[in-house]
Amino acid sequence: MCGIVGLHLREPSLYPQLGALLTDMLGQMCDRGPDSAGMAIYGDRTWSPEGESTVSLLDCPIPAGELAATLSASLDTTVTGIDLTPTTILHGVVGAEDLAAAVRSVVPSARIIGFGDDLTVLKGVGNPIDLAHRFGLPSASGWQGVAHTRMATESAVTAEGSHPFSVGPDECLVHNGSFSNHMSIKHQLERDGVVFDSANDTEVGARFVAKQLAEGVDLEKALLMLNETFDGFYTLLVSTADSFAVVRDAISCKPAVIAETDQWVAMASEYRALANLPGVDNARIFEPEPEEVYVWHR
Amino acid sequence: MAPVATTEATVLDLATSSTRAVNERLTSPEAPKTVTVTGPQGAHALACGLDSDIDVTIEGHVGYYCAGMNQHATVTVTGNAGVGVAENMMSGTVRIKGDASQSAGATAHGGLLVIDGNAAARCGISMKGVDIVVGGNIGHMSAFMGQAGRLVVLGDAGEALGDSLYEARIYVRGTVASLGADCIKKEMREEHLTELRELLDAAGFDADPSEFTRYGSARQLYNFHVDNASAY
Repeated sequence: MCGIVGLHLREPSLYPQLGALLTDMLGQMCDRGPDSAGMAIYGDRTWSPEGESTVSLLDCPIPAGELAATLSASLDTTVTGIDLTPTTILHGVVGAEDLAAAVRSVVPSARIIGFGDDLTVLKGVGNPIDLAHRFGLPSASGWQGVAHTRMATESAVTAEGSHPFSVGPDECLVHNGSFSNHMSIKHQLERDGVVFDSANDTEVGARFVAKQLAEGVDLEKALLMLNETFDGFYTLLVSTADSFAVVRDAISCKPAVIAETDQWVAMASEYRALANLPGVDNARIFEPEPEEVYVWHR
Repeated sequence: MAPVATTEATVLDLATSSTRAVNERLTSPEAPKTVTVTGPQGAHALACGLDSDIDVTIEGHVGYYCAGMNQHATVTVTGNAGVGVAENMMSGTVRIKGDASQSAGATAHGGLLVIDGNAAARCGISMKGVDIVVGGNIGHMSAFMGQAGRLVVLGDAGEALGDSLYEARIYVRGTVASLGADCIKKEMREEHLTELRELLDAAGFDADPSEFTRYGSARQLYNFHVDNASAY
C-alpha cells in the first residue's frame, strides 16, 4: 500500500511545529507500510543550518565525528557530523555538490540519500513512528516536510529502498504505487549518462524528474513529462527548494487527498493523516484529479 | 463504553472509544434507534454491517468502507467519505454531505446512496441494484460493469462512463468526458422521466428530469450463447 504524508507551511509561526505535525501525520499511516520509512525536512536549523549545505547518507562505515573530521581537513572548513543511525547527516559552509563529492571520495561505500542547502533526509528500517522518534523528528522545525511509510513491492526492505528518493539538490520524490515500464526508461537514462543507486522503480521516477529540472524544465512541466513517459500506478508527492507538488496516473487507483488553508497545504494517502492539522475543519479538502499536476510555490 | 444519553440521541464519541466498540454498539440488538457518532477523524469501516433500521449520523470525515454492507439503516456523514463508502449495501440509505472517494457504492445490491458533493473514480463500479444519486461530479470509470440499479449525476461524468455496462441505467445532467465500451446515449421516454423524478425526490434534489441524458448498455458484449456451452 505505502502511505504518503506531506506538509507545506505558508504560515511562519507554524515552522517550529513542522516536525511534530509531520510525526503525527506519519503515525496515522503506519499500517499502510510498517516495513520502513523515510522523511525529509526543509529548513531545520539544527540539521541544516542557515548558510550551510547538508548531505544525508546511509551505511557510513566510520563514525560520524571521524568522517566530519576527515572532511573538515580535506575541504578546509568545519564540517559537522550528526549520527542518526542508520542515517548520518553532515553539514558545513561548502557547496552541497562539493560536500557530496567529498563524501563519495572519503566513504565510497556509503549511499548519499539527500543533499542541498535546506534539506535533511532520514531513512531507516522498522516501525515508522519508532524511527521518527529515534531520529528526533517531533522536535524538528522548518517550512516543508514529506514522509513515507513503505510496504515494499518492487525491491527489498532496506533503508535505501525507503522513500523519499532525493537525487537532485533539495529535491524529493515520494511514491505510492509501482511503475511498470521503468526498466526501459532507466536504460534510456543510463544511455544519457544518469547513474543509479538501486533497483527501485521509484528511483527511476526521481532520476527522470531530477534530469528535467537540471535541464531547466520547471516542476509542473517535468511532472507532465513524467505522466507522458511512465506507465503504472502512482501517486507522487514531489518537493523542491521552493515547491510542493502532487500528481497521479490516469487510472488513479492509489489514494490521495489534499487539504489547503491559508496557513498550509497538506497531502496524504488518507484523510486521517490530516485530521489533526490546525484549522483542518476549515480547509478545502479534495482529491487530485488523474494526470493533473498540482504545484504550490513558496 | 458508556454511551451518553441525551434527549435527542445517543452520542458515541470516537475520541474516547474504539471503532470496534462503536460498531458493536450500533449492531447490538439493544442499539438505540438514533445515534450520533462524533470524532470520526477519518476512521475506517465505521457503521459497517448495520442490519436494523437504526438512524446514524456521523459528524465529520470518515475513512475507508464506511456503511459497508448496510441493511435497513440510515447513515448520514456530515463530512467527506473515503474509499468504498456503502460498498455492497443491500438496503437502507447512506448520505454523504461532502465528497466521496473512489468506488462509492461498489457492488451494492440495493438501497439508496446519496452524495451531496462529488464522487471520485469508479463510483458505482459493478453496481448490482443500488440507486446512487450524486449532487456534483463523478470520476472516471464510473458504473464500470454495472449490472442493475440507477446512477444519477447532477454534475459531470469523467472518462469511460459505463464501461462494459450490463443493465444499470445512468442519468447525467452535465457533460460526459467519454463513454466506455458498449455504453451509449439512450432516449428519455416518459417512464424514464418518471423514474428519474422519483430518484431525485428520494434523494432530496430539486432538479428538472428533462435536463438529464440517459445512458445504458448497447448490449453488444453479450456473447454467450447457451448452444455453445459445451465449448466452455
